[in-house]
This record gives sequence, C-alpha cells and structure tokens, in this order.
Amino acid sequence: MTEASTIAVSAEAGQPVGGQADEGRSLASDAWRQLKGNPIFWVSVSLITLFVVMALVPQLFTNVDPGAAVLKEARAEPGADAWFGRDIQGYDIYSRTVYGARASILVGVFSTLATVVIGLVMGVLAGYYGGFLDTLVSRVTDIFFAIPLLLGGILFMSTFPNDQNTPYLVVVGKVVLVLSVFGWPSIARLMRSSVLQVKPNDYVQAARALGASPWRIIRSHVMPNALAPVIVVSTINLGVFITAEATLSFLGIGLTPPAVSWGVAISDALVAVRTYPHILLFPSLFLSLAVLAFIMLGDAVRDAFDPKSR
Amino acid sequence: MTTTDTGTRRGKAAAGSEYHAKDGLLLEVEDLYVEFHTADGIARAINGVNFDLYEGQTLAILGESGSGKSVTAQAIMGILDVPPAVIPKGQIRYCGEDLLTMQAEKRRKTRGPEISMVFQDALSSLNPVFPVGWQIAEMFRVHRGMNRSDSLERAIKLMQRVQIPGAKERVKAYPHQFSGGMRQRIMIAMAIALDPAVLIADEPTTALDVTVQAQIMALLQELQEERQMGLILITHDLGVVADVADKIAVMYAGRIVERADVYDLYRQPAHPYTKGLLESIPRLDQKGQQLAAIGGLPPNLMRIPEGCAFNPRCKYAQDVCREDRPALRLVAPGRESACHFAEEVLNG
Amino acid sequence: MAEAILTATDLVKHYPIKGGVLRRTVGHVKAVDGVSFELLKGETLGIVGESGCGKSTLGRLLMRLEEPTSGSVVFDGVDMYAQKGRAMRKLRRDIQIVFQDPYTSLNPRKTVGDIVGEPFDIHPDVVPKKGRRKAVQDLLDLVGLNPEHINRYPHQFSGGQRQRIGIARGIALNPKVLICDEPVSALDVSVQAQVVNLMEKLQDELGLSYIFIAHDLSVVRHISDRVGVMYLGKMAELGEEDDIYGRPTHPYTQALLSAVPVPDPTLRDKKEQIVLKGDVPSPANPPSGCRFHTRCFKAQDKCKTDIPLLELRPDGAGEHLSACHFAQPREIIETIDLTEQGAGNAV
Repeated sequence: MTEASTIAVSAEAGQPVGGQADEGRSLASDAWRQLKGNPIFWVSVSLITLFVVMALVPQLFTNVDPGAAVLKEARAEPGADAWFGRDIQGYDIYSRTVYGARASILVGVFSTLATVVIGLVMGVLAGYYGGFLDTLVSRVTDIFFAIPLLLGGILFMSTFPNDQNTPYLVVVGKVVLVLSVFGWPSIARLMRSSVLQVKPNDYVQAARALGASPWRIIRSHVMPNALAPVIVVSTINLGVFITAEATLSFLGIGLTPPAVSWGVAISDALVAVRTYPHILLFPSLFLSLAVLAFIMLGDAVRDAFDPKSR
Repeated sequence: MTTTDTGTRRGKAAAGSEYHAKDGLLLEVEDLYVEFHTADGIARAINGVNFDLYEGQTLAILGESGSGKSVTAQAIMGILDVPPAVIPKGQIRYCGEDLLTMQAEKRRKTRGPEISMVFQDALSSLNPVFPVGWQIAEMFRVHRGMNRSDSLERAIKLMQRVQIPGAKERVKAYPHQFSGGMRQRIMIAMAIALDPAVLIADEPTTALDVTVQAQIMALLQELQEERQMGLILITHDLGVVADVADKIAVMYAGRIVERADVYDLYRQPAHPYTKGLLESIPRLDQKGQQLAAIGGLPPNLMRIPEGCAFNPRCKYAQDVCREDRPALRLVAPGRESACHFAEEVLNG
Repeated sequence: MAEAILTATDLVKHYPIKGGVLRRTVGHVKAVDGVSFELLKGETLGIVGESGCGKSTLGRLLMRLEEPTSGSVVFDGVDMYAQKGRAMRKLRRDIQIVFQDPYTSLNPRKTVGDIVGEPFDIHPDVVPKKGRRKAVQDLLDLVGLNPEHINRYPHQFSGGQRQRIGIARGIALNPKVLICDEPVSALDVSVQAQVVNLMEKLQDELGLSYIFIAHDLSVVRHISDRVGVMYLGKMAELGEEDDIYGRPTHPYTQALLSAVPVPDPTLRDKKEQIVLKGDVPSPANPPSGCRFHTRCFKAQDKCKTDIPLLELRPDGAGEHLSACHFAQPREIIETIDLTEQGAGNAV
C-alpha cells in the first residue's frame, strides 16, 4: 500500500486556491471557513447555545416554578398541562429539567476549563523542558492518577458535606474544584506525550535555528500541532464531568433538594422507573443531548484545525 | 559455499512441485490493471502492464514513487488490500496458471514455495517478539510439517547460507539485536527457505548503507545464480540496476514505457523518460557533469494526462503525444519503447 | 585561496547513556569525537559517511541546535558557543539549515507564506512589515515556486516542492552559510537533479557557502569543492574533490567508493570491489586506536593502539589530509572529466 499512500503526495498541488488568493490567511480563519460549512458544527453549537441560555435564564423557557409541587397530580403522564408530565412529588418535569441545566453546564464548562488550563501548562512545561520539571509533573500526575475521578469526588464531598443551607454556588464550586483537581492529570499526560511527539520534528528545529524564542516555538509550532488529542479528550471529559456531577447529586452528596439538577432528578426518578419511566426519560435525555453536543463540537473543531483533513 | 537444500529447478520439480516451467518460462503478466478506489476518486496505479520472467533471469523494474512498481509486485504476490485495490483486468500466470482466478487456498500455498518476496523495511517485516531462528523455522514447520528441532536445524543452515556470522549462537536472538544489514539477510533467508522459483525483491537495499548494500546485492545475485531463480528487482536506483539486472522494464505512471536488455538501455535509451533519468543522475565517475533535470513532477494518478502520461515533462512532445497514448512497441531488435518518437530518441 | 568563514576545532559531542534505576550515566555515545575543519567563503564542503558516523550530529552542532561537549566553532571571527542572547540571535541569521525530510521540516498547520515569512517575524528588522509579503513572494519565485501559492499548506505540495519551500526559508535572512543535511536523499530521482541545480544556482547568485551532508557519494562529488569522509565520529579523510575521489588514501574511503554502484553496466566486471568485514561498531564503545581497524583490510598491530592523526599525507600527486598510518593512494574509479567540455559548451 505504499504507493497508494504516495498518490496524494505526488499530486501536483492541484487544489484551487479559493477566491482569496491575495489576502493573508491564517489557520484560524481557514478553520472558521471550514467550520461554517459543517452541519455537525451548527447542530452542536445550536444545542450548546440552547443549553447555555437555559442555564443562564431558565425563565425564558418556562414560567412554571420548579419548586411548585402539585401533589395530587404526581406521576402524571405528559400532557397539555405539564408537557413532560410530573414526577413523584408532583413537580413539573419540564420546568425542573430546564432549571436543572444550570448545574450541569456550570460544572461541565468550568471543570473542563480548569482542567485544560492546568493540564496544558503542566503538560507543555513537562514535555518541552523535560528534566527535573518533567519528573516532578509526571510523578504528581501518577499520584492523582491512582485515584479514580468519581472516588475522589465521593471522598471529598463526603469529607466536606453540604447541608440544606449551603448556598447553591458553593456546592457547584466544590464539585468543580474536586473534579478539576482529579481531572487535570489526564490532560497533562496527554499534552506531555503529544508535545514529546511534536518536539523532535524538523520544523521545531528549524524555528530554533532561526533564533525563535521558546515561547514563540511553543505558541506557534508545538501547541497547534499537539492540541488535537487534548481537544477531543477534553470534550469527552466535559461529558464525564456532567455525568460525575449527576452521579454525585444522585448519591446525595452533590446538589441536594431543594436544589434542582439532572442528577437529582434522575435519582428521584429511579424509585418509579418501572412504572413511570417518563420521569427518568426527560432528564436523562437532556443529559445525553448535552454530552453529545459537546463531543460533536470537539470533533468538528479538531477537524477544522487540521489542514490535512480538508 | 555449502550446497543448497533442494538444488536447482529441475531438482525441485522432481521433489514434487505441481508447477512446471515450460521452456523455463516462470511468470507471465498480461495486460494487468490495478486501481485504488479512495474517497477522493480512483487512482489508476497500473494501466496495462505486460512482461515475462524466465528461470535464472533478473528483471529490474525501475521507477519512481507512484510509478506502480511496488503495486505490480504486490499484485503478483497477491498481498494487495482489496478493497481499496481493485484488479479490473489482466492475468498473472505462474507456470501457465492464472494466479488471479486461482482458488484462494491454492494461491496462498504458492506464497513461499513458488513465489516469495523480500521487502524494503526488514525491521517491520520481522516479528519483534519471536527469535529470528524461530521465525525462519516456522516456514518449514508450516509448509513442510517438520518438527521443532529439524526445522531449527534447517534455519541455522539457512542463516549460515546468507552469511550471518555465528549463526548457531544467534539463532535464538531477536530481530532488534541485529543490524540493518543482518536483518535484511534474515529476510532473504526466510524468502528463500522454501526454495521458490520466483523471488521478488522490493527495494531490498534502499534503507541500507552503501557498503552493506553492496554485500546484500552480491548475496542476492549469488543465490539467484545458484538456484536459478527468476528474480524481479524493484528499485529506483539506476546504479544498482546496472550492476545486477539482465533486462529492465522502466515504469512511469503505471505503464512500462521502455523495456530492453540492460546494456542496450544504458548505452542508448529509447524513451525520453529513461534518457532524462540517465542524464539527471550524478555519476560517481564523472567530474564537472551538468545535470539535465527533468522538469515538472510525476503525475497525479487520479489525473493522468491525456495521451502519453509523460508528455507535460517531455522535450520531444508534439500534438500527437497529447492526444494519442503510445503503446509499447518494438523499435529495434530487442528494444521496446512506448514513445511516438522512439526512433528519434534512440538515434539522437 | 579564499579565507575561511567557519572554522571548527576539535568538536566533540558525547551523549550520556543513562541506565539503572537511578538513571545514572553508565557510558557515552561518542557521536562526534574530535572533528576539525575549515569552510571557505563561497565553497561547498561535502561531508559523507554511513549512518551513525556522526555527520548529522555535526550539522546540528554547527547550527548550535546542540551544545558541544568540547571544542569550538569560529564563525567570521566570532566564537559561536560563547555567544548569548541577542548576539546569538544575530549570529543565527548568518547560518541556516535545510533538513532532509521535506515532510517533517514544514509545520503542517502553517501556510507557505507563514513558513517562509517566519524568519522575518523572528528578525523584524530585516524586512519592514509592509514589505514582507512581497519578500516572501520574491523568495518563492527565486526557488522556482509559483508566488501565488503563498496561501497553500505544505501537504498540497510534492516532496521536491516542499524541499524548495525549506530552502526558501533557509535563505530568507540572507545567510552566509547554509548547512544542508541530506537535502535530496528523500526525493525521487527525477526531482533530485532539480533541487541540486537550484542549490548550485543559489550559491552562484547569493554567494553562499554550503556544508553538504549526505550519504550519496555521487551527489556529493557533483556539488562539492572539498569533501570530508567521516567514520564513527571522526574525520577519516579530507581534501579536494579530486583528492578524495581520484586519489583516496584512507582504506575506508577506498572501500566506500568501490561499493557505490555506477549506472553503467559495462563497468560491471571491471570494477574491483573492496568488501568490508562486518558492521559499523557501536559509537558507544568505539574500537581503540584507529576506529576503522576492526574492518580494515590493512590493519596491523599499530592500528589497534595508536590513533592515526588527520594530517597531510602524500597521495601520489601531492598531499591531502588522511587519518591512516598506512595511507596510500589507490585509484578506485576511473574518472571521466567533463569539465572542459562543459566549459566549451558554455562558451
């Protein structure tokens, strides 16, 4: 198959340059042009926008108070009155699902941001500079790696338990903190190995030979070529973090009623899963959609930043 | 040197091979086409290749990357990945039997005892987790049903035959413990283990240093003469070809553009591409030589030019070359060229 | 004689081998072990040798991509390894490199304009910001690429074209010395000549000095004025192109030359080939005395103990540098001299 793989190579730069031959182009602008034409990108962006707006201003989607229980209509099937039906307490499921987005999105987005920032910095330092720094970062990640994310979350949250009076944002903050602390090592490791693969390439050496500063080499040569796996894994992680939040809430050590979240809702629904599956269905569906949307976005972005995939 | 295991071809036929080379004709490739169906379109890797191979003959297939030389070898061996590769047309006859229409099981059994191959990259062709002796011995265990100790005995003999020093001691060593040249010797040992009639060597020395390359080529030649194998040498190196080949087929964009005896071809090429290649390579024995580079690039196999595939790079090109694809034809005794102006090239 | 632009004196590069649980240094790979030479203004110095002889490490040392274990490189009167910060950055403008692999030497995520223009970003004083695009297009034109392709990505070009991009980047800052590390060995035969001719043209037009590192002795003969032959981290022989190819005195050079296949079948039986015993020893544990003695057909007891110095030794027609106790000229290849004809044609 060697010859087949050289086919593309021997192609005489035949692709048309496109309409803007005279403008300077950068990777970012090319990536944007590519993204604009990708339906998956638009689907995922619409979904994510929807969930983010839902998290910021849930009132836009419903004027039913998620805390208003109509006990006599508990377990009602979906209908005109309550679109998604009512749960075992008689809460409106639609309203609670909309309000529940906030916890998931906050935890997902902020945990991912924190892990990516810490992980990238640590990974690049370890991979690019090597030596003592590398040993230190590697051993620290080893230690954190030994503790599974969820176990770490459970340990932390049960050591510092919440009660009814703990403010909502403090609980969310605690979850973000613990997920970030246990989540960054995987990004750091990935980034480190990815940097180690990119570093020996001749284009990095060529930049050194030209007298480029380490910062410039990292910024314009190492990072862009080492980032792809991190983008993919961090979007997957975002889903994992959302699920972890749901799990902690489900276990009763994350958010607890009266706070609403998809995890709390799923937890509550389990009691009646055999007889009234719709109570479980809607929060789970939203949870899955949110996770899926972020993963699709990650895929689309990764492809757009790889000129070879065009 | 030690004597061989089964001797010459004649001895082999007596030893029970079901294939008999009539008048020494081992392999006939006739009007072979190979395409690769990819997401971007169809790449036409081979577009009508014909050649014969006789016992004791060394045929060099010369070409650049993308010329189809390796694909030809893989098609003969039957190791093309199908899909993406498709063979829409053609025959590959081994001792008169078409390999392409042969039953899969029967064809599989020709790989090793009848036709065998040496690859460019010996390191990735050997399994890193088994000792080399074990890997050579496996050929005898699988194809000849020998037991462990007998097959290992034969493996040692073969390692000695390909001149690996200390074969007895090193039979249990792993591939990474050998140098590049020694690994290539091991590959050759495996390829000749079952005494094949046809040996295909695909760039066997490209990854090696020049002093080692000379040793390996000498070994291949020696083995070929000793066993009267038909040897197909696939390479891009005009120097190596000049040293060992009897006949040369020059490939360009999936077709043979020139075929001749090695002495004739180097003295007076009959195709502009061959001529261009010979004029563009620096020679060790020439001083102050001007390199006449061939302009342009080899074609994209998805968009092979109309007419003669070489026409955009050719200084002889006329209108007819852009419209009419020249067939490989006899232009002088023993000389074949696929060029409308072959006579001019040959005489000028 | 032209003056030297770059002088390397006793360059040594040893890589530590770490072993054991504590990652202690258990030995050294002696990649380059005492190499000295001069590069003259406007000339091409070819460095040949087999894999593992240290020629690529030498190139990286001359670029200061690696720090030497010891030794010095003086460039235009300036001690290269003593320079720091701004002074080193300034020095880098004068020495540039072209890499072997046209696939890994260009950042796949940058356009050709970014790649060739990067030298101007790093050294902003060379070309004013407004003129950069024009400067990049001029460079592309100079190396034989279409200047309109400035917005394409490397993967849209073939190997030979990519190598031209690499060369354009190398000459962007108008260097005095270009170090070429196997610049054509990854290219197809029909494209090699194009790149070699381009490099010769650029040398004439820009007055560059080349250090041309390669394993292909034919290409090196074609392009070089002087040639150095390396074996296991040391220079075995160094001299004018005629000296090395016409009157080699070192047995290794002789064996190397005899092994190169010449594209002429009529020489098949005329050529005598010197077959070397065994493989190149490991540079981590090089042989004592002369490094070549384990494979040499001339080796005597003296070779096992005394290191032969690289010094002027008679070659029949004069003398040139050779590191063999028993240096003796031997004609390996019959040279066909085309220089006069070439000059005649030009006139």
